[in-house]
Amino acid sequence: MKYSIFSLARAAFSGHKTWQRTWRDASVKDRYDVVIIGGGGHGLATAWFLASEYGIRNVAVLEKGWIGSGNAGRNTTIIRSNYGLPGNTGFYELSMKLWERMEQDLNYNTMVSQRGVINLYHSDAQRDAYARRGNTMRINGIDAELLDLAAVKKMMPFLNFDNARFPVQGGLLQRRGGTARHDAVVWGYAHAASALGVDIIENCEVTGFARDANGKVTGVETSRGTIGAGKVGMAVAGSSSRVAAMAGLRLPIESHVLQAFVSEAIKPLIPNVMTFGAGHFYVSQSDKGGLVFGGDIDGYNSYAQRGNLPVMEDVCEGGMALMPMIGRVRLLRQWGGIMDMSMDGSPIIDKTPVDGLYLNAGWCYGGFKATPGSGLVFAHLLAREELHKEAARFRLDRFRRGAVIDEKGVGAQPNLH
Amino acid sequence: MRIVCPFCGERELGEFTYLGDAKPLRPAAGGSEDEVFDYVYLRDNIAGETSEHWYHGGGCRAWLKIARNTLTHEISSVEPAAGVGQAAK
Ligand SMILES: Cc1cc2nc3c(=O)[nH]c(=O)nc-3n(C[C@H](O)[C@H](O)[C@H](O)COP(=O)(O)OP(=O)(O)OC[C@H]3O[C@@H](n4cnc5c(N)ncnc54)[C@H](O)[C@@H]3O)c2cc1C
Ligand SMILES: [Zn+2]
Repeated sequence: MKYSIFSLARAAFSGHKTWQRTWRDASVKDRYDVVIIGGGGHGLATAWFLASEYGIRNVAVLEKGWIGSGNAGRNTTIIRSNYGLPGNTGFYELSMKLWERMEQDLNYNTMVSQRGVINLYHSDAQRDAYARRGNTMRINGIDAELLDLAAVKKMMPFLNFDNARFPVQGGLLQRRGGTARHDAVVWGYAHAASALGVDIIENCEVTGFARDANGKVTGVETSRGTIGAGKVGMAVAGSSSRVAAMAGLRLPIESHVLQAFVSEAIKPLIPNVMTFGAGHFYVSQSDKGGLVFGGDIDGYNSYAQRGNLPVMEDVCEGGMALMPMIGRVRLLRQWGGIMDMSMDGSPIIDKTPVDGLYLNAGWCYGGFKATPGSGLVFAHLLAREELHKEAARFRLDRFRRGAVIDEKGVGAQPNLH
Repeated sequence: MRIVCPFCGERELGEFTYLGDAKPLRPAAGGSEDEVFDYVYLRDNIAGETSEHWYHGGGCRAWLKIARNTLTHEISSVEPAAGVGQAAK
């Protein structure tokens, strides 16, 4: 179906009770040109770009749970392109441009809200680092503004400006950054990909790979039987090591938990997305009024999909340092998601050493903003057998070659990224 | 998660720092490039029982070897990590 003002009006007259699920309940075919493992944002975006951009429509997306049950539905919804290292800068801006036209492209309201992302700084050294990052962005045609204290006070008068230890001195603002409705993004891609013929198959867990005598992947074993495939793309977020192990691969990846928090709803307070530079705390306010926030990863390997208390305390302390008045707001919900943490904190998009198997992994805690860009470049790799120019540095062998992309400069310590 | 330190008793998680998988062994000096690459970058990243190194910085400052289940966070054993960072006498 196509959404329009008329379809809205029609549904309104019937009390909004007639909305239908908008992707086909596909039955499984024996064979596809491309099988994508993982029905999160990245897998679905890949399928959509394969069909819409590269004309490959005999595609299936296999999801072990339901669409949006992974990190696609667990993240804090922040989108931005304020990266400073070659490789990242161009890629995230490509993604940002795709966010800006996503609703038109998909005919789906993904609630992209460019309310601005501001990173606060609290010391001269941090100001210099942000100035440098802002300059890198502007050289690359990306918007960035360095704000001084007066400008920050005007924009966010509710911050604690009397913090003796971590005084707010200013911030780096990307006005085009913001948030998007995470569930709507997966629903939108599923809706649009399905309309182009992609089969979206839920409750279908990949449990192994079918290989020929030469070791080439010829399909996948699943909880719903064997499915043949010309090529198989993995986009399984926190499960990359587990799925790769089925093909005998070890990856430069660890799985870690990141927690997110939502408060009870309050009146509009925070106009944008903001981050506390002296600790690790980021927050925005949802359209319903809840404060949505998070901080560091828990810092040890986990597949438990739930967090622990020390990080919760640390995150709340970060929030209190910036806005002491939120101490009176009740925490409503908290949850955790399992992410791939790669050895340099940057993603991996590449062919694997196993013929026919392609990898999209290592998004760490920043992969939601990458969703459309990741879909485009992964589809490009699957269709053209070469890396898209904005993903050319995301190669799997970069660790061996010493060509890591380490924005945080903490080396091969995923728990510190 | 709480950890029962063999020297300090049961303590809260915030006192400890995680180092990583206890299994990989540093290649000998002069090890091949492949061995070094493997050791520094590749991980088994097991879903289930693993053994790992933790540091009790908020307590006795000993290095510990902990057997833990990454699917449930259950800890089945904690012992001093032989050789490295043992508590001073
Ligand atoms: C708490 C939290 C907050 C975050 N906040 C942000 C943020 O503000 N901004 C940002 O940019 N990023 C953020 N991220 C990171 C971001 O959510 C992820 O990097 C991104 O969602 C990963 O891509 P995905 O959407 O495809 O993953 P997922 O949605 O996790 O998709 C992977 C899918 O693969 C499926 N799968 C796994 N194994 C199999 C199998 N064997 N067979 C079939 N299917 C399988 C899973 O069920 C899952 O649905 C956050 C992450 C978390 C956990
Ligand atoms: Zn101790």
